Amino acid sequence: MSSLLQHVWILPALMGLSFLTILFFGKKLPYKGAEIGIFSVGVCLLLALGSGVAWIDRSNNPPEEHGATATAEHAGEEGAAEEEHAEEEGAATDEEGAAGEEGEHAAEEGGEEEHAVPPVLTEKTWFSSGGVDFTVGTFVDGLSVMMLIVVSIISLLVHIYSTDYVGGDRRYTHYFAFLSLFTASMLMLVMSRSTVQFITAWELVGLCSFALIGHWWEEKPNSDAALKAFLTNRVGDVGLLVGMIILFFAAGSFDIPAINEAAATGEIRHFLLLVASCCLLAAVMSKSGQFVLHTWLPDAMAGPTPVSALIHAATMVVAGIFMVARFYGVFWEGFSIGTAHVNPLAVVGAVTLLFGGLLAFVQSDIKKVLAYSTVSQLGYMAMALGVGAWTAAVFHLFTHAFFKAGLFLGSGSVAHSVHSFDMKQDMGGMKRFMPKTFATFVVCSVALAGVPPLAGFWSKDEILAGASGSGGLSGYPVMLWMGIVGGGLTAAYMTRCIYLTFFGEPRGKAADPHHAPHESGPRIVVPLYILAGLAIVAGFANFPFGPESIKLRFEHYVEPVAGYFPEISHPTFTLWIAVASTGLALVPIGLAYLYYWQGRFHGLTERVGLARAGHTLLVNKYYLDHLYTGVIANGTKGPVARATYWFNQNVLDGIVNGTATVAVAVANWTYRYIDQGVVDGTINGSGAASNGIGQALRQFQTGRVQQYGALLFGGAVVLAGIFVFAI
Amino acid sequence: MEAFIDDWGLTAALFLPLVGAVIMMFVRKEDEAAHKQIALLTSVAVLAALVAVAAVFNYNDAGRLQSVIDKEWIPVIDSRYHIGVDGISLPLLLLTGLIVPLVIIYSWNHFPEPRNPKAFLILILILQTGMVGTFVAQDLILFFVFFEVVLLPMYFMIGVWGGENRMYAAIKFFLFTAFGSAFMLVAFLALYFLSSDPVTGAHTFQIPDLPDAATGLASGTAWLIFGGMFLGFGIKVPMFPFHTWLPDAHTQAPTQGSVILAAVMLKLGTYGFMRIPIPILPDAARDWAPIIAVLAVIGIIYGALGCLAQTDMKRLIAFSSVAHMGYTMLGISTLTSFGFNAALMGMVAHGLITGMLFFVAGSIKERFHTLEIKRLGGLLLQAPRLGWILAFCSMASLGLPGLAGFWGEFPAILAAYQPAEGLPVELFRVCMVVAAIGTVFAAGYLLWLLQRTAFGTPKEEWEGHHFHDVETPEWLAWTPLIIGIVALGIYPNFVFDITDGGVQSVLTAFSGG
Amino acid sequence: MLLNQFLLLAAVLFSIGVYGVLARRNGVLVLMSIELILNAVNINLVAFGAYHGTVSGQVFALFVIAVAAAEVGVGLAIVLLLYRNRQSIAVDEVSSMKG
Repeated sequence: MSSLLQHVWILPALMGLSFLTILFFGKKLPYKGAEIGIFSVGVCLLLALGSGVAWIDRSNNPPEEHGATATAEHAGEEGAAEEEHAEEEGAATDEEGAAGEEGEHAAEEGGEEEHAVPPVLTEKTWFSSGGVDFTVGTFVDGLSVMMLIVVSIISLLVHIYSTDYVGGDRRYTHYFAFLSLFTASMLMLVMSRSTVQFITAWELVGLCSFALIGHWWEEKPNSDAALKAFLTNRVGDVGLLVGMIILFFAAGSFDIPAINEAAATGEIRHFLLLVASCCLLAAVMSKSGQFVLHTWLPDAMAGPTPVSALIHAATMVVAGIFMVARFYGVFWEGFSIGTAHVNPLAVVGAVTLLFGGLLAFVQSDIKKVLAYSTVSQLGYMAMALGVGAWTAAVFHLFTHAFFKAGLFLGSGSVAHSVHSFDMKQDMGGMKRFMPKTFATFVVCSVALAGVPPLAGFWSKDEILAGASGSGGLSGYPVMLWMGIVGGGLTAAYMTRCIYLTFFGEPRGKAADPHHAPHESGPRIVVPLYILAGLAIVAGFANFPFGPESIKLRFEHYVEPVAGYFPEISHPTFTLWIAVASTGLALVPIGLAYLYYWQGRFHGLTERVGLARAGHTLLVNKYYLDHLYTGVIANGTKGPVARATYWFNQNVLDGIVNGTATVAVAVANWTYRYIDQGVVDGTINGSGAASNGIGQALRQFQTGRVQQYGALLFGGAVVLAGIFVFAI
Repeated sequence: MEAFIDDWGLTAALFLPLVGAVIMMFVRKEDEAAHKQIALLTSVAVLAALVAVAAVFNYNDAGRLQSVIDKEWIPVIDSRYHIGVDGISLPLLLLTGLIVPLVIIYSWNHFPEPRNPKAFLILILILQTGMVGTFVAQDLILFFVFFEVVLLPMYFMIGVWGGENRMYAAIKFFLFTAFGSAFMLVAFLALYFLSSDPVTGAHTFQIPDLPDAATGLASGTAWLIFGGMFLGFGIKVPMFPFHTWLPDAHTQAPTQGSVILAAVMLKLGTYGFMRIPIPILPDAARDWAPIIAVLAVIGIIYGALGCLAQTDMKRLIAFSSVAHMGYTMLGISTLTSFGFNAALMGMVAHGLITGMLFFVAGSIKERFHTLEIKRLGGLLLQAPRLGWILAFCSMASLGLPGLAGFWGEFPAILAAYQPAEGLPVELFRVCMVVAAIGTVFAAGYLLWLLQRTAFGTPKEEWEGHHFHDVETPEWLAWTPLIIGIVALGIYPNFVFDITDGGVQSVLTAFSGG
Repeated sequence: MLLNQFLLLAAVLFSIGVYGVLARRNGVLVLMSIELILNAVNINLVAFGAYHGTVSGQVFALFVIAVAAAEVGVGLAIVLLLYRNRQSIAVDEVSSMKG
């Protein structure tokens, strides 16, 4: 079993093989290559679960010190045999994983926390140049294993879903090929050992994102969106390159655990770490859609919906968050997270969280609501990392992947039926037509809103507890309040989204009598059920109460306890925060309910009248309605959100577009005047000068011998004169 | 057998093309098939000879010159027929050996107007002698001769088979390069006369002996000599601000000419830097390195801006060469073995990728009779395979990890963080950041090109036209390049393994290496 | 030794020759004028040789005579061809080398 942890490279290798197979032979296969992809991802999922079990086993019985750095290098030939072997094992461990969870952990109690659990490392020299070895390898610890499982699950569900959703597309095979490539790159990213490998995988997921956003490249908006995504990410990549280079020279190695260890032990100067962290933060901002570099993410919704679910909600966009989590030693020291009360990462996260949430209110495209919601949730994660709540951030990443993928796939299911993404124009009343989709969508939304006991509540609550400074963390009070407000926003806009989509009367295409909407087929609905189920239960992975065998299992297994990881504190469950965040999830839902449902039926004045009559104490409609519709909702929906959106579309996007325009203008100017004028002019000028001189001298060339002779003698006379008289 | 290859392999590779060219002179002009066969056979034989040399090459001792031939040539001026190969020249030799047959295969039914395969192929073969000769010469005069031999066939290729403005481009190319060569020759001669062997006191043209012989040079003189060579090689690279011949030459040259120009000829300049001035005049190199670095970085940004402004696809690719060679020169200017390796990788990668891009551009031109970006669009619909190849090459060119281009760019940027001792670190770090920003521009212009040519739907003017997709000769010529791009991207050690030793020995003078 | 008289004679002959070369249109006359110039040089050579009491002046003069004969041979051939092609031996009409 533990050998599986040393051979996790099989997962990306398998997906890479799948990519090549689909690319070259996909079109000749009966299901156009989809079967290869699904099969490979399925195997990957089994292997990932198997490695999960292996990791749990390892953290329960950590190896002794001398065996700690088991960097056994296994030759490549073993791969094939190992793969089959691992497959069977993976299948077997499926039940074992579930059953073993309680049994094994009950056995070991207490004192286990202090035990270092060394990661499983393997390493090979990829190439060497100038005395520097570029290595590749796998770096498997709780975080990687968790990511492997998340990526495989979501990828498998998206594969299945896609067979229906993009069925009949003219580039069906290409689509699956790129899904495979993406999965391979993402799996490689999360298990990267060296920074070079990390950058490679990072860029490859970017490429797949580009290719899949631009999947329908015939329309210009799609290719524009793809370009924007790639270029914005490239801007961040500058930070990534520079940051990684600084870290390489500072730590003298490409090895991620070594870099973290060097940073954590104070071997690297703080200033270098700060610069490196700031550079890497730029990469995080672009990849994970943080404020100022987030504009590509909503545009990326131009891609097929399953792609949005996989890449732009659950996996690729969290790569930035993953990077911070992975290089936490660097960020911890660089931004002094443990001691400061404010730092760039937390600020960026918090601002993104509010900003994204506000923007979600004014969208009429269902996917854009979800996209801004993703931006906002990524802000949560960044903020959590910024305030030192590592486990909370990673846990939120974990739960968010499930319910947000579920929401995206659900929106795709609706759109598949009505052939539009516009909630205001073409939806409404879908509850009647698509009860299954509706049910899963609501479950995922509630999970996202953070209503206990669904997944989002537990992870969000932990983040807020972290920001409050409980459990020995340094407090970040501003972040705490921003987080709480952001949670409220989430609940409200998701309610609005559900109302517009599923309630009310059908509008537009949804009301088309010839094409009445219908529930989607099983290949779409089953993944939705699975994701909704995970959205319900995933939160219990880190349940803060109960006996040792249930309590904080996620933290126990995922959080590294090793030299490369800083010693962080853990937020404790704080009742008032839990109540506040629950309240701020439920109250906006209630408010939104009142606004949309009631307001829809009675109109504003009637509602005011009802309020005057005084209904219930809790629902003091007049006051709350006024407060909500007049001040909060209209305020946020109207001026604030519109202003932010305006700011987003005009200022930020303007800067993005303006930069391109200016660059082109500068380029044109430089080319026309400097290059063609000055630089080339000098060259052509020298040519022209020699030509002119030649033309002048040509006058002497009459071709008449006697004139030549005369010149000759004349010259001789002049020279003779000079010789005689001058010298 | 090994001894035979060791003795004769390089010489065979060097003169076989000339033999082929002479044979072709005696074949009637109308007999095109015979010409093609002879040319192809010759170039494949050259490739075989080079592969044989590579096979007997001792990779554990790549820093030493191998397969050396050192015979008397022109005793009056102390010039010798001294050739050899080490880790620096071997990858470039193999690149040359690979590109030429591919160009000939591509030519099979793509001869540019006014056809005349006989003359065209003879010129390509002569060109090959010049290129191979430059990479193997270990004598300054021999080097100079081959360096100049390259000029003339290319001049005729552009001038006879080029586009509308071919005479202008050809003359500009020729004069510009000859101008630089003049300074270079003066520098060579100055080096010869001013240096002397510390033991015997004799003057020498032998490149391996010169580092010792030149130690006694006054620093001002050395600086000037380096300057002369800088002009000669810098123009060939081309470095900003000596690059203006390049876009014209590339745009006007026939596809085959552009490919050879981009894939091999530009490398003569960068190779020259690594082979001659830097190891021979290390102190002057330290003085010049910051200048080179700054010019290289300007070239990166400037070339990228130039690309953004272009409306012609071929011209855009040509400008991208300026940017890419900027990375190469940045790597060289760090004077570290890491940077040199990066530069060599960049040279090989650029040769494969940009060569490929020019091939694609040529094929587009042949089908659409225009390279005006505005008129193109929807290539992926009109000729899907061609479009995918274009997309692939663009991705490789913008430096996607996993493809060859990245391993030229990233290590060069990395090397700039810590240049050799004695160089201004702050300046190089600024250059590093600027070069990193250059990657954004690279993505910008290439993706924009891709969007405007390959994506979208075809323009109305092409309605009803049918375009044939990639044909057999094109596949034959392109597949090795594509495989090379992927192979080097996945396993860059194919290059680094060879170059590392050679680079170390060239840089012994710099302790920081 | 009356060196001056010889030099004077040579100068006169040279001047006549130069005039002839530059001013006459007839190709044959131009050739004859060139002969005059060469002979002026010969006189100088012989005179200075005698003045210094060496034979090298006369040796040079002999060389000049031999070269002059060759030159006249080539020159006449050119004039003959010129006449054959143009039915004229006027040198100022021959300006096809004009740049």
